[in-house]
Amino acid sequence: MGALQSLPDEPEYRDLSEKTGFSFEQIGILHKRFKQLSHNEDTLRRDDLNTIPDLSCNPIRTQIIEAFFDKRNFHQNGEGTVQEISFEEFLVVMSHFRPPALDMTEEQREIIRREKLRFLFNMHDTDNDGTITLEEYRHVVEELLSRSGALGKETAKGIADAAMLEVASISMGHMEPDEFYEGITFEHFLKILKDIEIETRMNIRFLNMDTTNLCKKINSQQDHYLQVNGEQKIA
Amino acid sequence: MPAFSCAFPGCRRDLLVIVLVVFVGIGLPIEASAPAYQSHGTEGSHLTNITNTKKAFPVLAVNYEHVRKPFEIALWILLALLMKLGFHLIPRLSAVVPESCLLIVVGLLVGGLIKVIGEEPPVLDSQLFFLCLLPPIILDAGYFLPIRPFTENVGTILVFAVIGTLWNAFFMGGLLYALCQIESVGLSGVDLLACLLFGSIVSAVDPVAVLAVFEEIHINELVHILVFGESLLNDAVTVVLYNLFEEFSKVGTVTVLDVFLGVVCFFVVSLGGVLVGAIYGFLAAFTSRFTSHTRVIEPLFVFLYSYMAYLSSEMFHLSGIMALIACGVVMRPYVEANISHKSYTTIKYFLKMWSSVSETLIFIFLGVSTVAGPHAWNWTFVITTVILCLVSRVLGVIGLTFIINKFRIVKLTKKDQFIVAYGGLRGAIAFSLGYLLSNSHQMRNLFLTAIITVIFFTVFVQGMTIRPLVELLAVKKKKESKPSINEEIHTEFLDHLLTGVEGVCGHYGHYHWKEKLNRFNKTYVKRWLIAGENFKEPELIAFYRKMELKQAIMMVESGQLPSVLPSTISMQNIQPRAIPRVSKKREEEIRRILRANLQNNKQKMRSRSYSRHTLFDADEEDNVSEVRLRKTKMEMERRVSVMERRVSVMEREGRCDGEGGSV
Repeated sequence: MGALQSLPDEPEYRDLSEKTGFSFEQIGILHKRFKQLSHNEDTLRRDDLNTIPDLSCNPIRTQIIEAFFDKRNFHQNGEGTVQEISFEEFLVVMSHFRPPALDMTEEQREIIRREKLRFLFNMHDTDNDGTITLEEYRHVVEELLSRSGALGKETAKGIADAAMLEVASISMGHMEPDEFYEGITFEHFLKILKDIEIETRMNIRFLNMDTTNLCKKINSQQDHYLQVNGEQKIA
Repeated sequence: MPAFSCAFPGCRRDLLVIVLVVFVGIGLPIEASAPAYQSHGTEGSHLTNITNTKKAFPVLAVNYEHVRKPFEIALWILLALLMKLGFHLIPRLSAVVPESCLLIVVGLLVGGLIKVIGEEPPVLDSQLFFLCLLPPIILDAGYFLPIRPFTENVGTILVFAVIGTLWNAFFMGGLLYALCQIESVGLSGVDLLACLLFGSIVSAVDPVAVLAVFEEIHINELVHILVFGESLLNDAVTVVLYNLFEEFSKVGTVTVLDVFLGVVCFFVVSLGGVLVGAIYGFLAAFTSRFTSHTRVIEPLFVFLYSYMAYLSSEMFHLSGIMALIACGVVMRPYVEANISHKSYTTIKYFLKMWSSVSETLIFIFLGVSTVAGPHAWNWTFVITTVILCLVSRVLGVIGLTFIINKFRIVKLTKKDQFIVAYGGLRGAIAFSLGYLLSNSHQMRNLFLTAIITVIFFTVFVQGMTIRPLVELLAVKKKKESKPSINEEIHTEFLDHLLTGVEGVCGHYGHYHWKEKLNRFNKTYVKRWLIAGENFKEPELIAFYRKMELKQAIMMVESGQLPSVLPSTISMQNIQPRAIPRVSKKREEEIRRILRANLQNNKQKMRSRSYSRHTLFDADEEDNVSEVRLRKTKMEMERRVSVMERRVSVMEREGRCDGEGGSV
């Protein structure tokens, strides 16, 4: 284990590579992971992701899993959610976390920035109406603070209210006392987060080579799978 | 354009007068003659003298020797600070020339003046430098080190610090040795080890110089942390190489075992320094848990523990700088959760003050020492040294970046590389190390001269030109960021999101380990080091409370609401409409009717005041509707007051102010 994989030269990989920008090796590794998570089936379901042990102590686990099943993230102008996803859709969602290449122009970086911020926006805008309302934002902050101890909803509410006020102040500037700020639109969202350089922050490293860690996981997952199906573990 | 024809001629004249007085003040004590009468200590022995030769009782006497040392120290510091003051009064000078250059020039002038008077100008004593002047600067840098960019780039920084410095030292030492072999230079007495020693002294990027110059150009965070982190972490390499070559050049030969021991020594020095610093950091954090009743001395704990960490590691010949940095970094999150706001401000300002004074003194002394020090000038050697410095730095940065970029997610662009290479300034540490060389080195004076020339070159030429070059190349500048609660929320959100996606991907990356460390920190470490119940508080809430506190303080100080954003938006605009809104006109109408009714009622009541029971008999319907109206009116007034109160509270909470969050 750990030796170079022989590249599966399937034509689908070429398509996927063009569509998402991953290299063949990266697609191969992610495909292995996909098969591992979905227990060698062709589609992935929510329960498969729910069982990942690393995610169990993540406060925003539900939102992350939902993001994988959100049609808005599949770049096909769809809406709503699905119950299961194929490998292609899995890869498209993963491609949101690729870093920009070294030689990109400013416009290309801007496009990538919008894409990543759009992903974040979709995660917050759960009812799919194009704005993040105060309720949705409160829910986001509550989830963030949910694992951090019993501090009650009041503080979360206070923080969310202050954040919303800030967005409104920066985006709208001046409002009459009886006007109502409906919610954060995508443009306002872009404006408020333009300083955190999301294209350099929202990236993870995708491996080009197989690692022993994956192998360990495969063994343990396989054991679990086999045991669940009542078969003997093959030593 | 004469810079002296400014708007405050009187002020300038005053400053010149003060400066002249200070100079005279330096000259006077040096030539002061011995005092006539001692003050306290030797009164007994003089009594007999006095009875023998009766003189008039001394009303006024000069006794300089008694106060000589503190007087001179205070005078030097005062001079340094007055110079600093003076620079900022001259309008265009501070924008063009970095402060460090000006201070060195002042040092040169003062040194020249002292020499003219005929006295020996004081040289920058290495012990004074390493034990008194350097620690405040490093502590200031380490305590306020921006942790997030540092940990994200720590791999790159270590590669530059360790491998880059090694490359510089060997490249320069080797080529200088080759140069010395050439007959025409006349330096054939210099052997390889001496050259390598010289290379190791002059190859390290200096944190003081980097801080002094980079602070004024406000470059983007990534490049700043790369150069600055490198200048801090290369101390271990410098210490090891210096001690190694010093030992070897005494002995004369090098074996493989020595090289191997040298490598082991490097790990011991760096990791040992970090360990010592971390231990003292935890001690300081633990101590701060109990200081709730003695808030006044809290800052002292921070300073003393850090200084002890530095001294302890210097005692064992470990890297003092790394110990200081480790101490500051480890101690900060826990100490800040425990100490009062005033103590935090005190620590911040004392550190800034001391590091500022130290930096000023270092540069002035550098100038004075240049005038004082023994010099041996050799054109070829010195010029080659300067050129080799530049060349090796550029080659090192380019080569290392090529390798590093294969492992980085966010690659370093050519502009970044240029600034990293150009910002590799040398400074007072190199000079002090050179000064420490024992006199038995025949080339000591030559080396000192070369080191001073390199320092001057990097500080003057590179320091002065880096600002226009940054403008010319349009390098990304630091974003002036106000603490924004949205950014804070999303930073934390991103952390969790990326950890989760890494979990889905199945490999243990940067975020996975960071999450593990955070959880360990929260469950075990914070429990011991943070006072009271605060340890359960997540960072977002701590941030939010700090922001509220700051705004409240600002409001109290300025007497009005802080309004950075000129907007009239308040909570009313955001809250969903649960309360049925009444238009202003209707509200006025209702108020008028109620007021009128109230008047009527008062009149009626006055006429029926003798019997309570008859109050509600007649005009029952009127009264019922009247009561209802009154109830409605009270209800409305209550609602309006509740909303107003909420508005004022939220306005205070929700506005962001412009004061820098964490320095």
